[in-house]
Amino acid sequence: MTIVLPILLPMGMGALSLLLWKRPLAQRVLAVVSCAALVGVNAWLLMDVQQVGVRVVQIGNWLAPFGISLVVDVLSALLLLTVAVIALVVTLYGQVGIDEGRVRSGYYPLLHFLLMGVNGALSTGDLFNLYVWFEVLLMASFVLIALGGGRENIEGAVKYVVLNLLASTLFLSGVGLLYNLAGTLNMADLARQLPTLQALNQVTLVAILFLIAFGIKAAAFPLFFWLPASYHTPPVTVTALFSGLLTKVGVYALLRTFTLLFVQDVAFTHTVLLVMAGATMVSGVLGAAAQTDFRRLLSFHIISQIGYPLMGLGLFTQASLAAAIYFLVHVMLAKTALFLVAGMVERLQGTFDLKKLGGLYTRRLDVAVLFLLPALSLAGLPPLSGFFAKLGLVKAGLAQGQGVLVFVSLAVSLMTLYSMTKVWNEAFWKESPAQLMPTRSLSPWLWLPTAALVLLSLWIGLLPGPLFALANQAAELLLHPELYVRAVLGGVP
Amino acid sequence: MTLLLAIAAGVLFAAGIYMVLRRSLLKILIGLLLLGYAVNLLLFNSAVLVPGRPPLIPAGQDQPPAVYADPLAQALILTAIVISFGVTAFVVVLFRKAYAVVDSDDLNDMRCTDLPCLDELPGKRSEQ
Repeated sequence: MTIVLPILLPMGMGALSLLLWKRPLAQRVLAVVSCAALVGVNAWLLMDVQQVGVRVVQIGNWLAPFGISLVVDVLSALLLLTVAVIALVVTLYGQVGIDEGRVRSGYYPLLHFLLMGVNGALSTGDLFNLYVWFEVLLMASFVLIALGGGRENIEGAVKYVVLNLLASTLFLSGVGLLYNLAGTLNMADLARQLPTLQALNQVTLVAILFLIAFGIKAAAFPLFFWLPASYHTPPVTVTALFSGLLTKVGVYALLRTFTLLFVQDVAFTHTVLLVMAGATMVSGVLGAAAQTDFRRLLSFHIISQIGYPLMGLGLFTQASLAAAIYFLVHVMLAKTALFLVAGMVERLQGTFDLKKLGGLYTRRLDVAVLFLLPALSLAGLPPLSGFFAKLGLVKAGLAQGQGVLVFVSLAVSLMTLYSMTKVWNEAFWKESPAQLMPTRSLSPWLWLPTAALVLLSLWIGLLPGPLFALANQAAELLLHPELYVRAVLGGVP
Repeated sequence: MTLLLAIAAGVLFAAGIYMVLRRSLLKILIGLLLLGYAVNLLLFNSAVLVPGRPPLIPAGQDQPPAVYADPLAQALILTAIVISFGVTAFVVVLFRKAYAVVDSDDLNDMRCTDLPCLDELPGKRSEQ
């Protein structure tokens, strides 16, 4: 029963926020309470799933292949917890970071519905249901990105909406073709049916359709162009939330479908994934090198970082999948923290333009440290979390003889370090420019949640053991789909 | 019938993709609509088409007849139609707002997110 709670809780809270439409303060308090409760529920769920392996609920008590199953395995539970933590941090930050106008236009109900969509996508065991959850979270994110109605907002939203709708269309086509081939859309049932089909080419074709659809959502090369065009337009609180959740749900969908369903032609599909991974890393980091806007630079790094979990998926061994899952958690925390710091920098100096920023190291050492830790973690310096994630991927890559890709990933790490050094030099280290605006004060609502997130990111780096054990368990389950299938279908013949 | 529907879906896909690639917002909207119709037809076609045989169990028997129309595909289409209706409503409003804010429905005028805005480059606008 508990596995329905991550969906029901945001849904109920979203409805309640709608009822409290005219009372912004109540909505703010409700959001904090709701996200804190979600962290509790999802932590409990993770502990539970860690014992059992896979938890299943058949909605409406319809037996497995006929109804909709909700399935939470270790991977889902781990990501659910990370999502809840990020949502809590961003909501606390948003107490100051979100202006009154946005709250009055329905920011909080949308936040709840976005979380409902993300949690649903992470815990469903049915492909069509996954499509529906994607639409739920997209719809909420569409409005969140367009809220405010400035020129940049609307232009960013147009690009974001059109490309994501295109992805949904492709996804739905893939679902239709798969139903035609296998006669079922339950993922566990599909995992059982697909190997028996005498239609390898068609299945591979559908796999590529899914790869394109989820690739757009995950912002992988060459499908990422909507992301740098839209992510810097909403307030930084919203961008931080999006960077932590949305593309990662796309990566989760790839991890799920390309370990459970599309494993008949690994030599082809997973090689495509590897090429995509390398190209994503390189193009993202090169795009970032050309940027002088704090948020746009970070947006390009989102793309670059997506390449690493894809690399882990493409290598397709237990070690590489474990590293990919660890990396996913690491990058969700570190990236969100970086965006939150960018928001604090903007509060202090009134701009995101790196050329106009400066001198923050002497004025606000605390903010500088909050930037430096996740930035170095993102670049992969020991002993931070990014180092262990990349070490795992590099080891797995060398074990598979993918020397070129390993070289690319290391070179991209170096480029990431260069990029982070650039931000450090421009915003924190150099003399403050003459026309600098007066340094304003910083609310603890901004400072404390960011610091907590950075500490959490530091913790999984300094003590990587527990998280790595979890990631390893999740990877083991991914590589043994028969456990997933048995848990969902049970004794059904 | 299956072949006919497949051809119709294919034509709709082609037309939809062509329209999505246009620069005008209105044409992109039409393209998205056509793509939505194409997918609905494809979903409809994904189950074997059986006319005149509802998925009902006749009185006195405990199984449906051997060949019957698959209701699941139609349930999927219904869901997809409802979702695309909601999404389209939003897209219409968004595009209208975009037209009001940018004062143009040409995507080439919407570069603020990638390049410096046209209004920030004095004189650029009047040259066009």
